Amino acid sequence: MTISAERPTDVVATPPSTSGAVRRGGWFSQHLGTALIAAILGYLFGHWLGNHIAGNYTPVVNSGVNDLANFFGLLFGVVGWLLGIGALNYPLAKIAGRSGTEKTPDVEGFSKYFRYSTDHKTVGLQYVIGVCLFLFTGGLLAMAIRTELLNPTTHIFAPSTYIEIVSEHGTIMMMMATSIVVGPLGNYLIPLMIGSRRMAFPRIEAFSFWIFTAGYMVIFSALPYGGFPTGWTGYAPLQNQAGPGMISYLFGFAVIGLGMMAAGFNIAVTIINYRAPGMTWGRVPIFVWSILATAALLTLATPVLFSAGLFGILDRVDQTAFYVAEHGGSSYLWENLFWFFGHPEVYIMALPAFGIVAEILPVFCRKPLFAQKVGAAGMIGVALLSFFVWQHHIFQSGINPDMRPLFMLTTELISIPTGFIFLVGMGTLYKAKIRYELPMLFSLALFFNFLIGGLTGVFLSDVPVNVTVHGGFFVLSHFHYTIMGGLLFAFMAGLYYWLPKMTGLMLNKKIGLWQFWLMFVFFNLTFFPMFIIGLLGQPRRVYTYAKNLQGLNDFSSISAFILGISFLIFAWNLAYSWFIKPEKAPANPWDSLGLEWQTATPVPVHNFDRIPVIMTDPYHYGEPGATALADLSGVSSSTGNPA
Amino acid sequence: MKNGEVNHLRRMGSAWAVIAVVADLVYWFAVGPHVPPGRLTEAAKNNQMDFNILMLVALPVLLGVWVYLAYSLRVWSAKRGGPEPVGGPAAASNRRTQVLWISITSVAVLAAAAFGTVALIVDHGSGGGEGPNPVWMPTGAAKAETAALAGKATWAPGTNAVLPVQVIAQQWKFTYRYPTFGGFESPDLILPANTSVAFNVTSLDVIHSFWAYQLSIKADANQGVNNVAFTETKGPGQFVVRCSELCGIWHGSMYNYGKVVSQGAFMQWAQQTEMANAANTKLLPPFAYTYAPDANGAAGGLYPDGTVTPYNSSLTYGAKQPAS
Ligand code: HEM
Ligand SMILES: [Cu+2]
Ligand SMILES: [Cu+2]
Repeated sequence: MTISAERPTDVVATPPSTSGAVRRGGWFSQHLGTALIAAILGYLFGHWLGNHIAGNYTPVVNSGVNDLANFFGLLFGVVGWLLGIGALNYPLAKIAGRSGTEKTPDVEGFSKYFRYSTDHKTVGLQYVIGVCLFLFTGGLLAMAIRTELLNPTTHIFAPSTYIEIVSEHGTIMMMMATSIVVGPLGNYLIPLMIGSRRMAFPRIEAFSFWIFTAGYMVIFSALPYGGFPTGWTGYAPLQNQAGPGMISYLFGFAVIGLGMMAAGFNIAVTIINYRAPGMTWGRVPIFVWSILATAALLTLATPVLFSAGLFGILDRVDQTAFYVAEHGGSSYLWENLFWFFGHPEVYIMALPAFGIVAEILPVFCRKPLFAQKVGAAGMIGVALLSFFVWQHHIFQSGINPDMRPLFMLTTELISIPTGFIFLVGMGTLYKAKIRYELPMLFSLALFFNFLIGGLTGVFLSDVPVNVTVHGGFFVLSHFHYTIMGGLLFAFMAGLYYWLPKMTGLMLNKKIGLWQFWLMFVFFNLTFFPMFIIGLLGQPRRVYTYAKNLQGLNDFSSISAFILGISFLIFAWNLAYSWFIKPEKAPANPWDSLGLEWQTATPVPVHNFDRIPVIMTDPYHYGEPGATALADLSGVSSSTGNPA
Repeated sequence: MKNGEVNHLRRMGSAWAVIAVVADLVYWFAVGPHVPPGRLTEAAKNNQMDFNILMLVALPVLLGVWVYLAYSLRVWSAKRGGPEPVGGPAAASNRRTQVLWISITSVAVLAAAAFGTVALIVDHGSGGGEGPNPVWMPTGAAKAETAALAGKATWAPGTNAVLPVQVIAQQWKFTYRYPTFGGFESPDLILPANTSVAFNVTSLDVIHSFWAYQLSIKADANQGVNNVAFTETKGPGQFVVRCSELCGIWHGSMYNYGKVVSQGAFMQWAQQTEMANAANTKLLPPFAYTYAPDANGAAGGLYPDGTVTPYNSSLTYGAKQPAS
């Protein structure tokens, strides 16, 4: 199958004006600063409006705050943010009937990173910084949690503060993790890997980033209101009973959900429609497959979360009773809606990680990727199955008890396609010639960590065993092994591997090795004891625990602090390699065959001078004289026939 | 395999076989018997057994991948300067390996699901919450539960009758009602040894989860829902009850301790408490499987289902309504 090489190029991919002078956006054009100002104005307006409309009722118990004012404040704040950054210029102009020739200014220079850019490469780098900020704030909160758990009886935080910290930590991390790979690496690399000059919907792509940052601030806006006490799962009716910060959680999920849907939709359409001529499904790189499966999950699962959040907001500001049993609603409704999204989300966090390591292994093994088709099929299989397992999170809830064998079966079935990634990995290592560069080390660590995460998942899905471990530290450890041990290690692998392409600068290997070993060792030392802590009966989200568990908890806490340091080392590495001692990256530092390495560095605005014609898959390592991956002099952009 | 070439898979395989067998044996005999939640009840004993059996399978899998990783990372390291890897279709896929892998994992997974299902059914829900209409009940449970609601349940030492106990969760404590003893409500959970117990778990406010750790009971408490979990107690012992579903600020403090005592001692305690509490019990709403708070507030009157003070949704919480 081939795709026409002709595509519209009206929006992006207009080369910067050749007249010499680079266009710079003026101080008064739209950027981060104007967005912040507009957001604050919007917030104040919404708050006033909410109080005006509903000043006499819907106050949150004991808070003196009106939920509607709170909600409108955030709503108009987000609208202001989007207006201020310029996200709405184009649609508004269209609605006003002005011609659709408006172009986003192609601002050059550093300041483009603070603007509404429709270049997927700029958006990718914006996301790198965005998710890292997200990750670091979430990480700081984790340090606070582990500090409190140093002692079973002496408390550093008040119980209300502690629960606020735990809830913010979980929510921020889970939301960040949905975008941590798709955002930075997906946006940046997908067009390069499929030989496209652009994303399908560049404006939607830019929108997904800026709404993502808005969601980040919305979730944080709970802090001045005393946070929310529900954890990241937000169970009702605690949700209905909670203070005003709850609105930030519900609305924050909705806002980030919009970003997830936008990103997923754009990426799925791009992968399906914008592949270069000759890029058949059999030749699509495995990373692209993983992102395609993820994008499908993002678009299909997130709407459920979005609506669930809006129901929650209605319950609070409008006295509907979706989740309140005593008024005819049901506390099970939220649990089901939440996990119907929540379990696919779990794979939104796992699949990209699989994609990254499968992409990286062959490069450092100098061997073809083993069983690529099985791997891709596994990813699609996981994506499909993940919609049919959600009740394994509520096995003990009393709803549908006779369905438990079914959900036990589907959950355990999903470990078959999940296991394919091990087949792919182990098969690729066989008789390889392994180079231990940083991306490879992080990828190998994923296999170590994820194996523990996956196997404990099978324990959890066994209903009798679930009785003893559900709701405790065992679960906590399980999902940290999959998300942190899997996704985060893969993310690091991806950054060390692709940042040289994205920035043109190598990351320092020595500092990177320090980071890797500290992170790998102390990740395991932090989380492995938690399995035992859980088995010994410590529930999640508590500030007191049995005295005899202090030793293990302290061990875990101290390891966690060192784990935290490993992230500081990463930040230091970025600072060092970008600003202090920049070292120019060679064109193809890892001798990869991937298409993304065949363009110039830095990548030209429109990616490829000519649309490449793809001849084969990118994994022909160890095959001297194999067909070249692509004909880069291929078809020209606007004329020429697909091969 | 050409002559003289090392058979890597055989080497890994034999190393793995030895390590896996040793690990399984050590686990089964040295670790398994101490695995929580112990053996205070039938559910605890069975769930421990399930955990251990899963472990017997999981350990070899874990070790298999580890052995493979350790071997290949050493032997096929570029530093050793071995031969260049051979690419081509043979290296990119291998039908036999793929089919073998998929078959083995599928069989293992299906076996695990079948095993879990059987264990769940045979052990009457394995101590987990089975909802208001449990499907896998111990004999006599249905009878005892119906009798409890009608106020006619009885229990005496040596009768082998199922003992219904109600667990009422609220922010932030558990209390227990004993329908077989006039429906008194107590902050202490005392159970007779060698007895089938039916826990009827409900909540007065948000979702809690009743986790009687050593009993291996876990059932969510939802307002307006009766979530039943069964087990059979063994010899006397102590246990901890913790709330295992986040229920607000003092979730971390929502725990208490319970005891399994001899049947005679239990009878004595129950009868004494029934008498001592008689005056209070009269003020309680009659025993029911769920309670809805009336408009006078959660801490005020609790009314059994059916005779709830009619709730007027246009009135705000705390508005005065006539007590029924
Ligand atoms: C072999 C595959 C897996 C299986 C069989 C599995 C099974 C389970 C089960 C049964 C639970 C519910 C435990 C409970 O609350 O009682 C659970 C929880 C969880 N799992 Fe997995 N899982 C697998 C892979 C993953 C992956 C890949 C991720 C993420 C990348 C993940 C993240 C989570 C999270 C976040 C939770 C807990 C959520 C919460 O209660 O807050 N799991 N898993
Ligand atoms: Cu799940
Ligand atoms: Cu509770």
